[in-house]
Amino acid sequence: MNMQTLYLLVPLAPLAGALVAGLFGKTTGRTGAHLVAIAGVLVAFLASLAIFQDVQAGHTFNAAVYTWMQAGGVNFEIGFLIDKLTVLMMLVVTFVSLMVHIYTIGYMSDDPGYQRFFSYISLFTFSMLMLVMSNNFLQLFFGWEAVGLVSYLLIGFWYERPTAIHANLKAFLVNRVGDFGFLLGIGLIAATTGSLDYQTVFGQASQLAGQEMAFTGWPLLTAICICLFIGAMGKSAQVPLHVWLPDSMEGPTPISALIHAATMVTAGIFMVARMSPLFELSETALSFVLVIGATTALFMGFLGIVQNDIKRVVAYSTLSQLGYMTVALGVSAYSAAVFHLMTHAFFKALLFLAAGSVIIGLRHDQDMRNMGGLWKYMKITWITSLIGSLALIGTPFFSGFYSKDSIIEAVGGSSLPGSGYALFCVLAGVFVTAFYSFRMYFLVFHGKERFGQEVHGHDGHGDHHHGLAPGQKPCESPLVVTLPLILLAIPSLLIGFFTLEPLLHGDWFGNAIIVGGNHAAGLKEMLESSRDWVQMTLHGLSGAPFWLALAGVVFAWVFYILKPSLPGVVRGKLAVLNTVLENKYYFDRFNEIVFAGGARLLGNGLWKQGDQKLIDGIGVTGSSRLVTLAARVLSLFQTGHLYQYAFTMIVGVFVLITFWITLG
Amino acid sequence: MTDIPFLSLAIWIPILGGLLVLATGQDANARMARTVALLTAVFGLAVTLPLYTRFDASTAGMQFVELHDWIAYFNVHYHLGIDGLSLWFVLLNAFITVLVVIAGWQVIQNRVAQYMAAFLIMSGLMNGVFAALDGVLFYVFFEASLIPLYLVIGVWGGPNRVYAAIKFFLFTLAGSLLMLLALLYLYKSTGSFEILAWHRAVLSMPVQSLIFFAFLAAFGVKVPMWPVHTWLPDAHVEAPTGGSVVLAAIALKLGAYGFVRFSLPIAPDASMHYAPLVIALSLIAVVYIGLVALVQGDMKKLVAYSSISHMGFVTLGFFMMNPLGVEGALIQMISHGFVSAAMFLCIGVLYDRMHSRQIADYGGVVKTMPRFAAFFMLFAMANCGLPATSGFVGEFTVILGAVQYNFWVGLLAATTLILGAAYTLWMYKRVVFGAVSNENVAKLTDIDAREFFFLALLAVCVLAMGVYPFPFTDVMHVSVNKLLEHVIAGKLSLLP
Repeated sequence: MNMQTLYLLVPLAPLAGALVAGLFGKTTGRTGAHLVAIAGVLVAFLASLAIFQDVQAGHTFNAAVYTWMQAGGVNFEIGFLIDKLTVLMMLVVTFVSLMVHIYTIGYMSDDPGYQRFFSYISLFTFSMLMLVMSNNFLQLFFGWEAVGLVSYLLIGFWYERPTAIHANLKAFLVNRVGDFGFLLGIGLIAATTGSLDYQTVFGQASQLAGQEMAFTGWPLLTAICICLFIGAMGKSAQVPLHVWLPDSMEGPTPISALIHAATMVTAGIFMVARMSPLFELSETALSFVLVIGATTALFMGFLGIVQNDIKRVVAYSTLSQLGYMTVALGVSAYSAAVFHLMTHAFFKALLFLAAGSVIIGLRHDQDMRNMGGLWKYMKITWITSLIGSLALIGTPFFSGFYSKDSIIEAVGGSSLPGSGYALFCVLAGVFVTAFYSFRMYFLVFHGKERFGQEVHGHDGHGDHHHGLAPGQKPCESPLVVTLPLILLAIPSLLIGFFTLEPLLHGDWFGNAIIVGGNHAAGLKEMLESSRDWVQMTLHGLSGAPFWLALAGVVFAWVFYILKPSLPGVVRGKLAVLNTVLENKYYFDRFNEIVFAGGARLLGNGLWKQGDQKLIDGIGVTGSSRLVTLAARVLSLFQTGHLYQYAFTMIVGVFVLITFWITLG
Repeated sequence: MTDIPFLSLAIWIPILGGLLVLATGQDANARMARTVALLTAVFGLAVTLPLYTRFDASTAGMQFVELHDWIAYFNVHYHLGIDGLSLWFVLLNAFITVLVVIAGWQVIQNRVAQYMAAFLIMSGLMNGVFAALDGVLFYVFFEASLIPLYLVIGVWGGPNRVYAAIKFFLFTLAGSLLMLLALLYLYKSTGSFEILAWHRAVLSMPVQSLIFFAFLAAFGVKVPMWPVHTWLPDAHVEAPTGGSVVLAAIALKLGAYGFVRFSLPIAPDASMHYAPLVIALSLIAVVYIGLVALVQGDMKKLVAYSSISHMGFVTLGFFMMNPLGVEGALIQMISHGFVSAAMFLCIGVLYDRMHSRQIADYGGVVKTMPRFAAFFMLFAMANCGLPATSGFVGEFTVILGAVQYNFWVGLLAATTLILGAAYTLWMYKRVVFGAVSNENVAKLTDIDAREFFFLALLAVCVLAMGVYPFPFTDVMHVSVNKLLEHVIAGKLSLLP
């Protein structure tokens, strides 16, 4: 099989799976649907492995598959760019997707929408692959919106829940705000280069750098990069466009893992890394990226501390980690960002799926206040969760350590405006991450067993009328659930030191990622001082992040195991802060009132005052007497022969004009 | 090229077929009326297909030309022909006619023959509008095509149909009279009713300006552009489903088409000069109307406002005078034909069962009509311009053209990404998602084979155009480029 066929196979196999499961789900039955869908993703994963081998051997590919459209002298194409950045993303996407597909068999086993679910997640895999494999902005946007669509469909999967269909609409609209910027960025690129092809655009990047934007006088490239990054802020949930991600937890847990942790939300990170030849030429844009990322990393972490819903803790953690990746992009440490993207994909998917396993064990109770002591009943889930949490907080030897430390070092060495603030945020973020992660870990797996109680402490999530009956004990989830946990735990533990050297030291990405001038000095310095993972680990043990993380764990232990009454006391003392955090800094309230309410108010005003009063009032009522008159005339026609009259009229007009004029 | 007069066939087959349907008479023969109507519509579509297969995309000249004397004394001809600007609208029109006949199959039980005949005759007349190359012929077709639509609303419409029909009639009539004056002036100054001769006619700026505004009045009302749009929501609300489909899919295109056939080439300098005005009105349509659509409680009104907003992209694209804009606008017209037709048909499917268009009367439809919900989702997504649907192609291209024209224009145009998604999906959420809200919804039955057929047909069109729009634009390039060269060169330098 030649390579081109293989490239096509990667996205098309999941698409075929999605179509079969979606359109013929009734015929194939449940088993048939999941077999076809899994087969499709498995083929994509195996093909990605083969392509990885090929790319390792030095073969890259960049060509169009077909010309989608030509308009206004611009070629719009569908095509693939296969290089190391692409192939890494392909592997991550297909592997996590495969795990999630298998896990779904167990998690969704008694859901009536089983086939539909498989169809959606396979369709998602297709869209995400089209996004990462693209060699042009059209297809990038195409995949970008397509993953948004599937995310929308999946968040609203349980469409009878009011919260779910509110969340999916919100997710779509907030993403559209991002896409609005993204599209303008693409528009600026097309307008100034006349092309949407990456290679052509990157080739002209240096010419663009000196230009000013017509009509505004702004530096063109900065405007382009910031517009593109607004797109990334939507998709990768950066402040202030982050508001949709926590709510997206209304969707079933497998998609929280696949879409809202491991893959789709990292599309923005991937995109900026892909656009490194452009971003490198605008330090203003990089600073902007840096500050937004740092803010997200720290302030979203705080919110993880006050959540009681297990999935929401993981969701805020995802926001915070996406912030870390964005920070890395800001300081031009693209390879570190992608590295963290990859390790995060594994350990965060693991944490989500483990949370799902806990949720199954507790019969769909998600409130951590009703958990505790689960380690005794769910051993595999417990151990894999521990591995995931340790990786998340950046414990040496675990994958997250290598990627997160690289980011922190890179920020430390940056001299961009805003890098001081960013360094503070990412360091403080380490403590916060460790604290909320182990708060969750202790609340769920250790301490007093709080499940099976008569009264559940629900906090407004009216839909979770579930939970164990009194006296009932949780039990470990079936193999289809635990197997993906184990398979994800392995890379969560190991992938860091296996890939650290090639990815960061070895300049593995080659010219897929461009770093200009003295950017990313911090990363370079770190790589020079610690030449391999052993040295980096040793170095890490003496560094601030390690001690901050340790402190976070210890604090969590004191608060939730040693003195469980302490959190209540602290909450009481810091009531104001607590209220702000519980209201998520009032972002939702603000959007609800200002944007949603404002738009409706404006719409009503324009409709009632503009259309009805002004235009119809003056324009139409002025001729209303005419209307009355005409109505009276029309009523003469209400004889049942109306049609004949009308037709006679048309024919009459033709005939009369013809004869009258020709004779005349 | 060919001796078969395809354009005449495309015009007269539906009209004569319509007469034949009318001849079946009373509702006792409804069955026969439907059959004849369907055969006519399918045959009418079949004769338009050679227009595409035999179209020569390498020339900007008129093709399939037919030229006969009509009223020799006034130099009026029966002159037909199409180019890359008009080709698709003849096909689209013939296609939509087939859909409308199928969509009205069971729903219309009252004066069936007359209903079917109205749509067939209207279809023929509108093909005449797109194919006419003689000013008088154009005007006759343009005005005559109003009458069946007017009657469809007035006879088969809702409770307030008379008001709506008259509002519709008055608005469009006012514009048309000004256009008639312009046509007569052009005849007087050139001695000909040949539209192509008018393109060449050298006109001074004041003359061009007057002609431009006369056409703007006529076509702007038809499109409709803000602020002469208020007839459209009323007309849609009162019209039966078929009427709304043709109104949105084809009738609005008549006005837009008029801009590229008359305004731009006949008054190029005035068009350039007043382009910012039209662009401003178009942007108001996109933003203002998008906001108004958001607060509608009536599904048909909502889609009607959404139509106005989408047509704003068409006028925006035309008057930016760059190839991306014009081609994008033409694509948007075709796509809007599919998508608006599909949206109105979806609302029709619901209305036939519930006899309500109020969003508040629905909720949880997906539970009882899952197959319908899937189609409706696809068309809703097309309506908010999602990639891989036809709705994306035109919007994307026009926005790219707009950013090229002026970043701020592009920025305002791009707000449709947010507004379009907001009004469409908010409606979808309240109608389709959620728990079953009342007994009527609980009793709904999913779409039958006939409904499945026409929705699937549109779904195929929407997706095919979204995945591979190449053939659609391929036939336009030469004509669009020639038009733009002509407009940019202008006529003032030729003045004596």
